[in-house]
Amino acid sequence: MGLKNKDLLGMKQLTAEEIMEILDTAKMMKMVIESGNKKTTHLQGKSIVTLFYENSTRTRLSFELASKYMGSASANISTSGSSVNKGESLLDTARTIDMMGTDIIIMRHNQSGAPHFIAPYLNASVVNAGDGMNEHPTQALLDMLTMYERFDTFEGKKIAICGDIYHSRVVRSNAIGLTKLGAKVSVYGPRTMMPIGIEKMGVTVADSVEDCCRDADAVMGLRVQLERQKSSLFPSVSEYARFYAITKEALACAKPDAFLMHPGPCNHGVELPTEVYDCDQSVINQQVTNGVAVRMAVLYLLMARRNEL
Amino acid sequence: MRLILKNCNVMGKEIRDIYISDGKFCAPYGESEADRIIDVKGNLVTPGLVDMHVHFREPGQEYKENIETGSKAAARGGFTSVCCMPNTSPVVDNAAIVESIIKRAGDIGLCRVYPIGAASKGLNGEELSEIGLMKEAGIVAVSDDGKPISTAGFMRKVLEYCADFDVPVLDHCEDKSLSGGAMNEGPVSTSIGIRGIPSASEDVMIARDIIIAEYLGLPVHLCHVSTKGGMRMIREAKARGVKVTCETCPHYFTLTDESCVNYSANYKMHPPLGTQEDVDAVIEAIVDGTVDMIVTDHAPHHQDEKEIEFSLALNGIVGLESSFALGYTYLVKTGRITLDRLIEMMCHNPSSLLKLGRGGMNTGDDADLAVFDVENEFVFDKNKMLTKGRNTPYDGWKLYGETLYTVMGGKITYEKLC
Repeated sequence: MGLKNKDLLGMKQLTAEEIMEILDTAKMMKMVIESGNKKTTHLQGKSIVTLFYENSTRTRLSFELASKYMGSASANISTSGSSVNKGESLLDTARTIDMMGTDIIIMRHNQSGAPHFIAPYLNASVVNAGDGMNEHPTQALLDMLTMYERFDTFEGKKIAICGDIYHSRVVRSNAIGLTKLGAKVSVYGPRTMMPIGIEKMGVTVADSVEDCCRDADAVMGLRVQLERQKSSLFPSVSEYARFYAITKEALACAKPDAFLMHPGPCNHGVELPTEVYDCDQSVINQQVTNGVAVRMAVLYLLMARRNEL
Repeated sequence: MRLILKNCNVMGKEIRDIYISDGKFCAPYGESEADRIIDVKGNLVTPGLVDMHVHFREPGQEYKENIETGSKAAARGGFTSVCCMPNTSPVVDNAAIVESIIKRAGDIGLCRVYPIGAASKGLNGEELSEIGLMKEAGIVAVSDDGKPISTAGFMRKVLEYCADFDVPVLDHCEDKSLSGGAMNEGPVSTSIGIRGIPSASEDVMIARDIIIAEYLGLPVHLCHVSTKGGMRMIREAKARGVKVTCETCPHYFTLTDESCVNYSANYKMHPPLGTQEDVDAVIEAIVDGTVDMIVTDHAPHHQDEKEIEFSLALNGIVGLESSFALGYTYLVKTGRITLDRLIEMMCHNPSSLLKLGRGGMNTGDDADLAVFDVENEFVFDKNKMLTKGRNTPYDGWKLYGETLYTVMGGKITYEKLC
């Protein structure tokens, strides 16, 4: 088995079998995290660099911890404090990192397709840690791991995703991954934040938050990405909260054992009321642990492929 | 220079020899009087092609292209006349720049270059440029191409003022309040997370221009039309007598937005590549006569402006060296239109709209012609292009209609070396 491609650019590039292999591997990695001794030798003698053109707390830290838990040398570059501020092009920066003997470059970039653009030029494997509005595959994988821990199969399960669908790379990656495994994805958000032709990705567009959540096995809220909005797509935060938030009532439309997820960071009181964020059904904090496990699995499998070649 | 071309298959209708003397087609003379005799071996001979929409980047952006490399690329595509858009640096909005372009092109002497003046000063969309003085200096039309003529009120002024000088107005149709993305909006842009440009952005402006032209009873020409809706409105407007003409480009009948999935900026231009429905509608409009011209919108850019992140890359592709072959392969060879119709769109119609006096092949006419091999397939190779740009989506495409010779004013401006 193993992964087919040198890079992890998106859920689009993964098969259903590859997704399941990553999830199964992540379950084992989670046992490492939960054991007292968070140290393996899987990545010993390897080097991993994170290159982030956008801010991040969870994604960046979980990649860093994942590589450290597995014994790799790791380094970080962010746009401030690097030659990016001197106007160095993305490709030149990436090639420079590549030529230092880096095995895996983990990149977040504000432009869709940026990792796809650099990957063919590099010897290193490229892991997409979020590219513009396109994909955030490791987020989808950790979301799917969180679901996979709670149900055995994705076949026929209904996943509701509410919020700013247009700007969300999390939605795109989840929609692609979940539908590949047979789940049904329902989305809802303001029409001004609903991309044209989203149905062609195999998802259903709901009529309301309640309709979206109805009989769902899992409900996912999305951060309203205020920084990605070029112009006002809704009149005010309070109006958004009134009509588009996942309220306690909306969550009650889902199946009784349904659970609530959110990729974070959350705007409390906007997409989720705080009491919902903290409710018993919320697995938002468990998602964070799974983020480290999934990233360990991805790094492990990519490195295994590199070692074979 | 006295030149004889033997065994010319003139417009696919008759095999004959062509005699040229002093830059003009002329009556037969003895072979001993010729400076050069070329046997074109029955290959297709057409009038020299006319492209009324190119960007030669001079003055100001010579790192992308200049009049010399642009002229060479034109000649290699079988073009003997081009009209260059005014969005240079500085903008072509006064007679002095018009004169300098004409002088430069004349000194180079590889292509007839007709400048198009800016409709507004500095392309600001607010104040009329010196259209009358530019007309005296030699412009053949005005356009703010690259930008739309921004407001309906200013469009009205431009159409009215240009009517006094009999200067055609060419409008780039785009409602900027709707566009703002990097590719066609639809399932593909949604799937790959690129901000979309709705086809409505082009259609809204086409509708506006038709309404104003109809109200004023004045002509308007719409640039690079790419949408199904646009073609429908233009067809309807023509049917009720509105003086509207339009052009399209080879990429709008050969490529769809599906090409953008790998984030290559060689598929990024404005207007953006549409859906298969748009492509079908463009072809239908070419077949039924709605489309008046095929132009290239030849837009060379430097590698550093194209081989980068998709949304940051500049708009536009080069087209002069692939245009005829794409038209021949996808329109004529497929039986959708005749060769006559293709040459009408790529020579006679632009010449007639802009009063260039091109396209004649009778005794006394300027000797502008092109020779194409339409029998043998060739592989389009971006590294053989003479433009400075390498931003073509057609590298490696198998096409018919490779240029063998181009003659402009009796001078051989391109010759394929074996």
